[in-house]
Amino acid sequence: MKSAGVDWRYLRRRSVNIFNLTGAVLATAFGLFWLLWILWTTLSYGISAIDWSLFQQDTPAPGGQGGLANAIMGSVIMVGLATAIGTPTGILAGTYLAEYGGRTWVAGTIRFINDILLSAPSIIIGLFVYELVVLRMGHFSALAGAIALAIIMLPVVIRTTEEMLRLVPNTLREAALALGAPRWKMVSLVAYRAALSGILTGVLLSVARIAGETAPLLFTALNNQFWSTNLMQPMANLPVVIFQFAMSPYDEWHTLAWAGSLLITLSVLALSIVARTLLRKARMEH
Amino acid sequence: MGNGRSHISDATLGRQRLMDRSFQAVTTAFAWFVLVILAGIIVSLFIGGWQALKAFGVGFLFSSDWNPVTERFGALVPIYGTLVSSFIALLIAVPIGFGIAVFLTEVAPYWLRRPIGTAVELLAAIPSIIYGMWGLFVFAPVMSQHVQPWLQTHFGDAPYIGALFQGAPLGIGMLPAGIILGIMIIPFITAIMRDVFLTTPKFLKESAYGVGATHWEVVWHVVLPYTRIGAVGGIFLGLGRALGETMAITFVIGNTHRLSPSLFEPGNSIASTLANEFTEAVGDMHTSALIALGLVLFMITFVVLALAKLLLLALESRKGTKT
Repeated sequence: MKSAGVDWRYLRRRSVNIFNLTGAVLATAFGLFWLLWILWTTLSYGISAIDWSLFQQDTPAPGGQGGLANAIMGSVIMVGLATAIGTPTGILAGTYLAEYGGRTWVAGTIRFINDILLSAPSIIIGLFVYELVVLRMGHFSALAGAIALAIIMLPVVIRTTEEMLRLVPNTLREAALALGAPRWKMVSLVAYRAALSGILTGVLLSVARIAGETAPLLFTALNNQFWSTNLMQPMANLPVVIFQFAMSPYDEWHTLAWAGSLLITLSVLALSIVARTLLRKARMEH
Repeated sequence: MGNGRSHISDATLGRQRLMDRSFQAVTTAFAWFVLVILAGIIVSLFIGGWQALKAFGVGFLFSSDWNPVTERFGALVPIYGTLVSSFIALLIAVPIGFGIAVFLTEVAPYWLRRPIGTAVELLAAIPSIIYGMWGLFVFAPVMSQHVQPWLQTHFGDAPYIGALFQGAPLGIGMLPAGIILGIMIIPFITAIMRDVFLTTPKFLKESAYGVGATHWEVVWHVVLPYTRIGAVGGIFLGLGRALGETMAITFVIGNTHRLSPSLFEPGNSIASTLANEFTEAVGDMHTSALIALGLVLFMITFVVLALAKLLLLALESRKGTKT
């Protein structure tokens, strides 16, 4: 004999289940809604603002007409320099963690601190480089900006390098060592080669991360209204130009800010989608 | 070779040994570089902020002064703004992040999990400054014309919480800043929660399904208890991100040094104060006070992020012993 109460309980459990799972679906829709809204905004404002003069003219004086050529160039220079500094440093540090550090407390501490620096506010890195470089030099410079960006990308490179080297099977290492290869050759000729695609995607991801960084550049590279490729002087860059132009009262500047936003968003999204796809492949290879 | 005896000279061996040692030494040195950066950050912020810390002492943390003319500075208003906006962000991002993680691990068909997961991660890839522009030019008008008036008419007279919704609906202020922060940290919380949910052993979940549990019951009574510390770690990580977020906040928080109970009023956060005032600071004391603010921010985020990391490590080590 079944009492009605049991059926009620069953019904209740089913409806709680359906209610909460619907909530999960709605939460996902909520998250994607913002993504689409923001992307749509950037696209619709940005596309109408993009034309050739953007790449040919420098940033204008208040209220005037102009382009973003110097800012684009500045961003490319600084991100490039930061990558040139950050990549080898990060790869070597990651190599230590994966190949030599193991489970020692030193390696553990470095890993722990690295993970914290990975999420630390980038504006603090800007302050640090300001104290370290800008104050010493006496003025803002592109070099300081690149150093700040390099410090921000470093933890990402270290982490992915370690993770990717750990995916390399130990049998490969043992095979190399058994043939009499010294350890440095084993790491550089065998382990690096096996982990190469993974490490490179880590670099791509970190470039995507620093390409849109604004806060640290405010205190280091600042801005420059004119075309400049001198590393020792302030240099224009897209994020800071976007910030200044968006906060200004001039419509022409707003338009340029939207154009810059679109350029940055597209390049960052493209970089991170490519990197993520490659990363997934690299993980599946092992 | 022919006689079966390979001959490696002592010189070669010595050279290889030297190479081995130097390679290890170089990688070790670069790894230590991480610790050097951390020490450098703390020391340089201390030195830069020393003048203000010495002048105001512990009172720096509890004073709401911020006057470049009289050179009186206190960190209370920015600290308050940082904490309140981050709290609003958590109110939004924790349930949403949890919901998305449940969707990605339990509800969605397999072919949909990867694209949706990537899409949510893209929210984290969008640069902060884009959130800021969108917040200022698109989101703020919507807030001031629709959301805030609605909140005011429905909750403005409510006891206790009514005070939160007073003032002109400007569209910029603590509430919009908190909401945008919330959107920004959704992907971080989601990613950690999804990853830790996936660590639940299959046999535990299947046992629960076997005795007739619903999807939700498996999530709530099996997955969540098993991964609770990891999930909390994810929340702390999101909080750590929210506390230090700069550009998006700078666009929408209003940048006003005023303590106000209403979430509609413009305010300030540590990061936005730095972004706004640092390059235009007048006088050494002003700069020093700003750097001291940076030190406070770094300390807070360091503790929060360290907690997050410890919780996640605790989950990992438990996994190692239990299965």
